Amino acid sequence: MTVAKKTLLFSKPSAKVRRDLRERAVEIVLFLAALTSVATTIAILAILLYESILFFQKVPLWKFITDTQWTPLFDDKHYGILPLISGTLVTTVVALLVAVPIGTIAAIYLSEFAPVVVREVVKPALELLAGIPTVVYGYFALLFVTPLLQVFLPDLPGFNMLSAGIIIGIMIIPYVSSLSEDAMRAVPSYLREGSYATGATRLQTALRVVLPASISGISAAYILAISRAVGETMVVAIAAGGQPNLTWNPMEPAQTMTAYIVSVSLGDLPHGSLEYETIFAVGLTLLLITLSFNIIGHFLTKRYREIY
Amino acid sequence: MTSANIHKIRNIINRNKRAEFIFSIIGLLAMLTGIIALMVLVIDLISDGFPRLDWQFFTSFPSRKPEQAGIFSAWVGSILVMLVTASVAIPVGIASGIYLEEYAKKNWLSDLIEINVTNLAGVPSIIYGLLALGLFVYGLNLGQSILTAGLTLALLVLPVVIVTTREALRAVPGSIREAAYACGASKWQMIWDHVLRYSTGTILTGIIVALARAIGETAPLVTIGALTFIAFLPDPPIQGQFPYISFAWLLAPFTVLPIQMFDWVSRPQEEFQVNAAAAGVVLIALTLVMNAVAIYFRYRLRKNIKW
Repeated sequence: MTVAKKTLLFSKPSAKVRRDLRERAVEIVLFLAALTSVATTIAILAILLYESILFFQKVPLWKFITDTQWTPLFDDKHYGILPLISGTLVTTVVALLVAVPIGTIAAIYLSEFAPVVVREVVKPALELLAGIPTVVYGYFALLFVTPLLQVFLPDLPGFNMLSAGIIIGIMIIPYVSSLSEDAMRAVPSYLREGSYATGATRLQTALRVVLPASISGISAAYILAISRAVGETMVVAIAAGGQPNLTWNPMEPAQTMTAYIVSVSLGDLPHGSLEYETIFAVGLTLLLITLSFNIIGHFLTKRYREIY
Repeated sequence: MTSANIHKIRNIINRNKRAEFIFSIIGLLAMLTGIIALMVLVIDLISDGFPRLDWQFFTSFPSRKPEQAGIFSAWVGSILVMLVTASVAIPVGIASGIYLEEYAKKNWLSDLIEINVTNLAGVPSIIYGLLALGLFVYGLNLGQSILTAGLTLALLVLPVVIVTTREALRAVPGSIREAAYACGASKWQMIWDHVLRYSTGTILTGIIVALARAIGETAPLVTIGALTFIAFLPDPPIQGQFPYISFAWLLAPFTVLPIQMFDWVSRPQEEFQVNAAAAGVVLIALTLVMNAVAIYFRYRLRKNIKW
């Protein structure tokens, strides 16, 4: 390049230079937007860890894990997470007992038996279940399911984990059925055809060929459902009762981790008090539980995608 | 083959046919359980709450007397919060979707962002409430305001917008990109003038789903301390005098429909629970209509576009 040409290039920015600059600027703006998600994660971890560290400076971790009472707002203060864990576990198990069989059978039916028209109509209709606000589900659990259950179980208290768990189960059916169906449909058709060729019926093919072949995708769906059930808040805050209660009986009232955070937030807690820090410690526990499930689910999904 | 053998085989075939028939009945029932539950829920809510839905209910503030209480401040609050959520989540979500799909090189940073988006989608919503409490309310001193609520919900639904944007962009075939480049378009011109235009429908579907989720979300707003008893409206955004536009409403305390419903359903009096049902009817109508529109959109788009 001659000197003359070079000076021309720098004295008057050509259209190309301006265009390159604009391209660069656009890319940087888009990149910054993409970083928002990373920043959100960092902020979540930083805030939960910061407040939890303040909490654990006053309450030993050992006490947090082993104490069987959770009464941070009473005069006789105890900080044992176990009652909240038991409440969360019981509602989750009830929810899974509802969602896993119904969701899996519905998925098998949708993927292997149902005519295309039925599938096209039913799948989106099931997805509507996931779109209903959780506070509405809470209303339904408290004022419809509990009275209904009390017809059969007269001793059932007005607040209980059973109806909350059942409603969470109905709520997460679409997560189980939709993802399981996707996994089953990803099974290549030559496996099915091979099975039919040996004389197997549709049901035998579904249960002994398609189901085992898609097992990692289906378990990923279950794990996602567990994670949803553990993190669900409004249903348990409305229908399960507000007392932390170390029990494994779903017919009793109890409080979950999420419901505790809600109940404390409703009162006006002074910023920086130990009670204020408890919700972050509980939140961190909840995040660690759901995060580990999400990671397991992520790997399972990856595995089933790699096979075919 | 002896006739005894044939008989045996026929028996097996009959048994298998019976098993298949029974299973298809069970499958049909399982499939319908969810849909029946949905219908029962909606019918129960409507039968409890519909009589309460009148003009007075929409234009009254909450009150200690259940028959005078209404959802005026709640639906105004919901609209204003959604306004903030949409104006943050839509541009940021689409921009990060475009970056991840069109620009990101395959390296550790883009992997990190990608894993992040997946993980954020699985974080319970109440955790976002804790984030907002620590960051927006006390960290940035935005208070328990409409702005805080809108930002919180925006972060919450961001993964939905990002994921649908990426799927929409991925569906646009490479030939369109190549055609744009061949005409001399730059990368951004190619994306803005061509790829984005073709994917607008799908992105819009994602935005509707995201906003439908945000409008029904309760837990994170309870955590930041949304009030349940608001008997006034925030400053209107458009004013009579100069400078005509006011942003004071952003920092006003607020309530939203789900919070109002939660407050009523938690009260022991039956009259308040009728109000809760009525608010629930409004809420469920909003979210179901939005979701249905999104599903219809998706169906139409899938049918029409053939590359």
